[in-house]
Amino acid sequence: MEKLNPNMNNMINKKANLVKNLFGKNIKQLPTRHGYGDGVVLAGEKNKDIVVLCCDLTESTRNHLFKQKFPDRFIEVGIAEQNMAAMAAGMATCCKVPFIASYAMFSPGRNWEQIRTTICYNETNVKIVGAHAGVSVGPDGATHQAIEDIALTRVLPKMTVVVPCDYEEAKKATLEIAKIVGPCYIRLGREATPIFTTSKTPFKIGRAEILRTGKDVTIVACGALVYEVLKAAKELEKEKIDVQVINNHTIKPLDKKTLLQAAKETGAFITAEEHQRNGGMGSAICELLAENYPIPLERIGVDDMFGESGKPEELLNKFGLTAPYIIKAIKKVLKRK
Amino acid sequence: MHTSDREIKKMEKIANYIRKDIIKMLLKAGSGHSAGPLGMTDVFTTLYFSVLNHKPKQPNWPDRDRLVLSNGHICPVQYATMAHAGYFPKKELMTLRQFGTRLQGHPHRTALPGIEATSGPLGEGISQAVGMAYAARMDKKKYNIYCLMGDGELNEGIVWEALMFAGKQKLANLTAIIDRNNIQIDGNTEDVMPLEPLREKFESFGWYVIDIDGHNITDIIDACNEAKAVVERPVIIIAHTIPGKGVDFMEYDFTWHGKVPKEGEAMKALSELRTLGGKIKSEHE
Repeated sequence: MEKLNPNMNNMINKKANLVKNLFGKNIKQLPTRHGYGDGVVLAGEKNKDIVVLCCDLTESTRNHLFKQKFPDRFIEVGIAEQNMAAMAAGMATCCKVPFIASYAMFSPGRNWEQIRTTICYNETNVKIVGAHAGVSVGPDGATHQAIEDIALTRVLPKMTVVVPCDYEEAKKATLEIAKIVGPCYIRLGREATPIFTTSKTPFKIGRAEILRTGKDVTIVACGALVYEVLKAAKELEKEKIDVQVINNHTIKPLDKKTLLQAAKETGAFITAEEHQRNGGMGSAICELLAENYPIPLERIGVDDMFGESGKPEELLNKFGLTAPYIIKAIKKVLKRK
Repeated sequence: MHTSDREIKKMEKIANYIRKDIIKMLLKAGSGHSAGPLGMTDVFTTLYFSVLNHKPKQPNWPDRDRLVLSNGHICPVQYATMAHAGYFPKKELMTLRQFGTRLQGHPHRTALPGIEATSGPLGEGISQAVGMAYAARMDKKKYNIYCLMGDGELNEGIVWEALMFAGKQKLANLTAIIDRNNIQIDGNTEDVMPLEPLREKFESFGWYVIDIDGHNITDIIDACNEAKAVVERPVIIIAHTIPGKGVDFMEYDFTWHGKVPKEGEAMKALSELRTLGGKIKSEHE
């Protein structure tokens, strides 16, 4: 079968059902926010209680699709993220399933306390949709680049935190969080990124997926960096370094079983995310490993800095979030093994 | 709907019992707020015993009116009124703020049936109430939403976000009742952060405004009836109240906002309240 797919990496987990032209130049690209936009329409068709609230960012959060389809269930709240969160909580106590959408910097950034009190502590069934997360927002600069949102949400009791890796997974994740009764945060990116999973790629909230098997080191990634990690792993084949890749789309609750098994099998970890190293997905993995199975680990992420204006690729490079930096981190962790 | 003098007298008596319970609860708890609960006792009594369409033994009845307490720190008055209305046994009132209690220091929806919203961080009750009103209207439900708020709470930006939204949407099923007692923790509201002219502020946000004497039960009932009759706008009732109402040494004194009586003070307060039965209205007139 590999003969038919010259681009296909040999160690890719067949069960992951990734696209055939995984590293082809013409791989299709769309932002994860588009996956949410399409997903929430499908979720809305299935459940008439789903409503969407938005803070004057209807099109960039891709909620115009839901608005077109269900005008009576779309609620424009103006530029008022705090009110949006608490209002959604009130609606949820009256049988609605609100999806609240803005840029991640403002929701869950600005309205964190409303989310904590009226959604998480209050146990209301509200879904928080944070778009334009990460430094890849680009030219808008640091004020609009949320790189603390995973930390802010994963610390909250009752909250589920999901960071989809591509368009396809964002669509699936939207449909899945719609089924969960309770607070969920879904983190989305602005920029188009490769769509490397397919409708057949398994997806379950709370289950990490092994996309590539390997025995020397495991890279645990989330969001668009999962693709960068796959590229890095393929690159290292040349040097006979056998890298396992895990798509850890659910940061809370963590798939402890899969992660600890990978730790035992490979003995070294890299984590990769478009987020502050402090408090993010990598920190969550560190907590898990430190308490259960300490092994050498290196974190890829923004190192205690704010972003800045620039092209997404320029910024991803500056903050060390691309394949060459991942390769460097792998070599470093292998020395520590 | 006319409320007879006998019923009014009865409610005044209940309000007096509730005030006594509040003093006892605060003494037992050893921490909390005194002035606000005493000041809002007449409003709470009137709502639970006359205005609300509710079933205390069936707190999750889907068609019930919703009462949201936005300034959650005055919850002792809500707990005491709920107990008197039959939501739970009165003896549970003495567990306020203690370990394992359903009567949390600030109201928690999932702790106690009948509490409609988790609140306390100021401004968030009105936002939740606005959400409830919007959802109710979407589903063509007939119930009303009442939100009780403090005046100091109006400092919070989220309040105005919520008021703006409700005004835009003409949420006529929503009535907010503001406890205009002119005090907050650091002093008088007009010194800490001036609120006036309040009526004009609310009106410019698209609300219908009624000013009342917050200790006059007839006034409170009339205003709530008027609110129901307003079909084009959400309604704000500015209830002018005396903080610490009923206890002479607490009235008007902002230092009683965030503290509770010691034993001697509580005994003095209780003895004063005993002589007040049925006199609240006349005294105020």
